[in-house]
Parts: sequence; structure tokens; C-alpha cells
Amino acid sequence: MEQLLVFIRKEFFHIFRDRRTLLILFGLPVVQLLLFGFALSNEVKNIRLMIADNAGDVSSQELIAKIRASRYFILEEQLADYSEIEQKLKAGAIKGALIFPAGFGNDLSGAVQLQLIADGSDPNIAKTMFNYLNSILADYRQSKTTSLPDYRIEPEIRLLYNEEGSGSLGFIPGLMALILMIVCTALTSVAVVKEKETGTMEVLLVSPFKPAYVLLAKAIPYLLLSLLNFTLIVAMALLVLNVEVKGSLFLLFATSTLFIITCLSFGLLISNVTSSQQTALLISLMGMMLPTLIFTGFLLPIENMPGILQLISNLVPSRWYYLITKAIMLKGLGIAYIWKETLVLSGMTVFLLGLAIKKFSIRLQ
Amino acid sequence: MNEPVISCTGLTKRFGDFYAVDHITFDVYEGEIFGFLGANGAGKTTAMRMLCGLSLPTSGQARVAGFDVYTQTEAIKKNIGYMSQKFSLYENLTILENIEFYGGVYGVPRPELRARSRELVATLGLEREARKLVGELPLGWKQKLAFSVAVFHRPRIVFLDEPTGGVDPVTRRQFWDMIYEATTQGITVFVTTHYMDEAEYCNRITVMVDGRIEALDTPANLKKQHDAGNIEDVFYQLARQAKRTAD
Repeated sequence: MEQLLVFIRKEFFHIFRDRRTLLILFGLPVVQLLLFGFALSNEVKNIRLMIADNAGDVSSQELIAKIRASRYFILEEQLADYSEIEQKLKAGAIKGALIFPAGFGNDLSGAVQLQLIADGSDPNIAKTMFNYLNSILADYRQSKTTSLPDYRIEPEIRLLYNEEGSGSLGFIPGLMALILMIVCTALTSVAVVKEKETGTMEVLLVSPFKPAYVLLAKAIPYLLLSLLNFTLIVAMALLVLNVEVKGSLFLLFATSTLFIITCLSFGLLISNVTSSQQTALLISLMGMMLPTLIFTGFLLPIENMPGILQLISNLVPSRWYYLITKAIMLKGLGIAYIWKETLVLSGMTVFLLGLAIKKFSIRLQ
Repeated sequence: MNEPVISCTGLTKRFGDFYAVDHITFDVYEGEIFGFLGANGAGKTTAMRMLCGLSLPTSGQARVAGFDVYTQTEAIKKNIGYMSQKFSLYENLTILENIEFYGGVYGVPRPELRARSRELVATLGLEREARKLVGELPLGWKQKLAFSVAVFHRPRIVFLDEPTGGVDPVTRRQFWDMIYEATTQGITVFVTTHYMDEAEYCNRITVMVDGRIEALDTPANLKKQHDAGNIEDVFYQLARQAKRTAD
């Protein structure tokens, strides 16, 4: 036992004296969280829209005020001719233009036309802009309709579990899966192989230190640091990104610990089958980053993938962890709803850890 | 010279149809400095690894410190020290931390560990460098430190695999003084080398050629048998028969 503690102490020395490791461990999560949380939002806001109000009457002004009131647009109002609109579109100064014809408000009950020109080179923004304007118009039309038509279907839309449709809220669980996967796997994958490279492993194998303890001593410091890291991520999500955790924090930590162990086992496995740090890092980064990004389900919906890829996604641990954290954080569900996912993750952990131990060769050649 | 601490009979290591070590038989006695000479690729390191429990023999018998290399490797490990060809201390740990780490791994109790680490640092004359990272030390010092660490837990036998590779002659001489010092404490030294002058420092030497032992005796006897002025000539006479090229 004391031998194990001596070894763990040594591992902490290694970690705290290596700036690169520390940077990956604590710098990467913060940067990623801020990037995804703020910069890489999938919402479209602040679209630059030019308004050419050729009518200048009460109705057109009312409508423009409504558009301005929404937080989606930045309006540029001026009486402009088409050539100027085109120039501004080309220059990228505006993403679209809304043109009111002369006499817009004269006869709203008749066929009134509004022209929307959008920059199609950004199809996502163009479509989103179109949808926003449509709903604003529908809203306006309704407020003007005095007599009720015979049938009126009014959909009342609610985004359950994420009422504001906040982008960062949806990203957090996925991001946690990604960060833990990358940090834990990459760092541990280097840990054992480094000692093989420097030749210290040979001396350790000749010593009476139990080989299984080598793996344990390598994993424990990273487990502790990853938990600290995870706490940091949750704290940042709560305080900086204003995400709230609906379910039990304890359950979140417990399942996250399980996922961290999964990642550590995977890292150890990589470390035990490779013989250089470069290979280990390459496998853990290239081999993990892409599948995690693709198959976790937070960037690309798994439901839209072809069957074979959906099957493959089942093999990616982060996919299950994502389902678990989403359920706990956003929906506030308890263990009764996520035991299946937890079980799958546990199974993967046992398998990976077993394989890692088996592949750890206690003899040379 | 009483009973053997290492004894092997017909010890063999085969990789495919290549005999890295080909039926070697010898005994090493307590307190001896036993030298293993051979060109690169002659099988010195492989033989040593089998004795340390790092590599499983293909056939033959061997006992180290009274324990069987097939079934009692754990017991063997408690009784030996090992210094590998590669420098094997942690560069980003200080001298004191390295000593305390390896001492701890070998199960030296904590209070004793602290006192003896300090003692060792003093003996080496490294008090001022004790808190410096090992990576900053010159190679000669590193090797001396590695040897001290290998015998720190007072093993019965210490295995040294080409310990003085790349070290200057003065430091090599000092290194051998440390080896003699260790033998006075009753530690048996098993050392591989390809420096012929070092062979003269050994009590007995074996010359390995192509995985086989071609000669085994005291340096004086070997020179007499081969009618040679020094060990280098003995070695050349024997090594000329080698068919294997260096790896």
C-alpha cells in the first residue's frame, strides 16, 4: 500500500512539473467551454437587415418597429435603390433586405406584397431570417385581423427542458463528454508508454512492485485530476453560462466518475499496446476525437445517420454518457430512467480495463 | 567463495529459429564480481534479462538467490537490484525524489528511507544538488546515481547492463570504485560490458560469442590459457570465430 502511495506521489510530480500536461488538463476544457458556450452558438442572432420603406405609412412603420423589437435583427433603414442593395449584399455589409412597396398600408386586406432579398451564399442564415420574418409577419397579421375566421389553429410551441431554446444549454452535456474523453484518454495514453520509452519501465518490472499497481498508480492521479476538472466544468457551466442542473448533482458526479474511468481504461489500453508517445497520442487524439465528435450526437443527430453508422455509434462510450448527462442535467431524471445507459457504460469500462490489464506485458519480448 | 547465488544449466532463449542465448551453464558465487563480455548482439542482455525475470527462458534451468526463474520471479525481484542499459532515473524528479521513489518501491520503510537517502546524497557529495532535477546532472553523475539507487535497498545481487556506456575514463574508474565498495558489503555483482579494461576488474569473466559461452575463468587464467598479454587479445581470439553480425 505504501509502495502504491510512493508511486502515486511520483506521478503527481510528473504532472505538476509538465506544463504541457497541465495546459491540456485545465486549459483545454476552459477554452472549449467558452468557445462552444459563446462563440459557436448555433442560434442566429444580430442579422444585418436593410429596410427600404417606400411606403412610409403607419402600417409599414408598425411592422418595422416589430422587427426592430425582436433581438434577431440589426436594422439599417434607408430609402435605397436596388443597385445599392446589391452592392451592400455583395460586400457582405447586410445579409438581406426587406422592401416595402409604395402604398403598402393602403389595402392590407387585399393582396399586399413585401419583397425579401436574402444572401443565399449563407443558406442557413437566409433560411433562419426567412423564418423569423415570417413569424413576425404572421403575428402582425393576426393582430390586424378583427373578425375571427371560421377555423383558427394556433400552435403553442414549447421547447421542453430548454424553454429558451438556448444553444449553450444543449451543448454542455455533449461538451462535457468530449472534454473528458479527450483529456482523460490522451493524458493516460501517454502515461505508461512514456516509461517504456525512457527505459524506467524495465527497472520497474525488475522491482517487486506489482505490475497491476503500475496501472493503478498511473490511473489514480488522472482520476482525481479529472474529477477536479469536471467540477470546474460544471461550475463554469453554472456560473458563467447560467446553465442549471435540473437533476441530482450527486448522480451527475457518480455517472461522470464512471465515464472518467471508462476513458482512463481506454487510455491505459492504448498506452499498453503502443511503444512510443507519439503513436499513443496520435491514436488517442485522432482515433477518439473524430468518433466522439461524430457519434456522440450533440453535433450531428444520430437519428439521421444511415443504419450502419447508427450501429457503430453504439460502440462510442461518449454517446451513452451524453444520453445520461442530458437526462440528468436538462430533464432532471433519476437513475430509474438512465440505468440502461449506465449499465452499458459499466460494461464497456470493465471490458476496456480488463483488456488493458491483459495487454500490459510484465515481461519484455 | 562458498555456495553459488546464481546457477544456471543449459539456459536457452530462442526467438523463432534464432538462438539468442544457446545453452549457457555457469555459477556465480557470493561476493563475486562476475563479468559478461561479448560483442553487441552476442546475447549478454538477453541472458541477463532471463536471470532478472524480465524474459522467460525457452529451456534450461536457472536459480537466482536460490529461487527458480520460471516460478519464483517475485521472490527473485526482492533480492536483486538492476541497472539497465538506458538511463533509468526520472529526469523531472530531483535526486532526492528519485532515491526516495525507488527506495519506496522496494519497500524500504519510510523513516529509514528519509535518513538513508540523505546519507547517500552525502556519500555521493551531492548535498548541494539534492534538490536539483536529475535531468540537469552530467552523464557520469547520473550513472553513479543510478548505481547507488540500484543497490539502495541492499540486494543480494545487482545486475548491471553495460553501466558505463558513454562515460569518460575517469568517471568509469570512480564507478568501479563504487562497485568494489558494494562488494565489501557482500553484494554480488553481475556486470555486462564491452570495455576490455573493465574486464580486468572482475573476479571472473565469461566471453560470450553467438549466444554461447566460449570461455569462463579469472582474467589471469584466461590470459595464460590463450597466451595473450591482455584480455583484449583473448577476446579477439575468441570473437573472431563469430558468425553473427552485430545488431
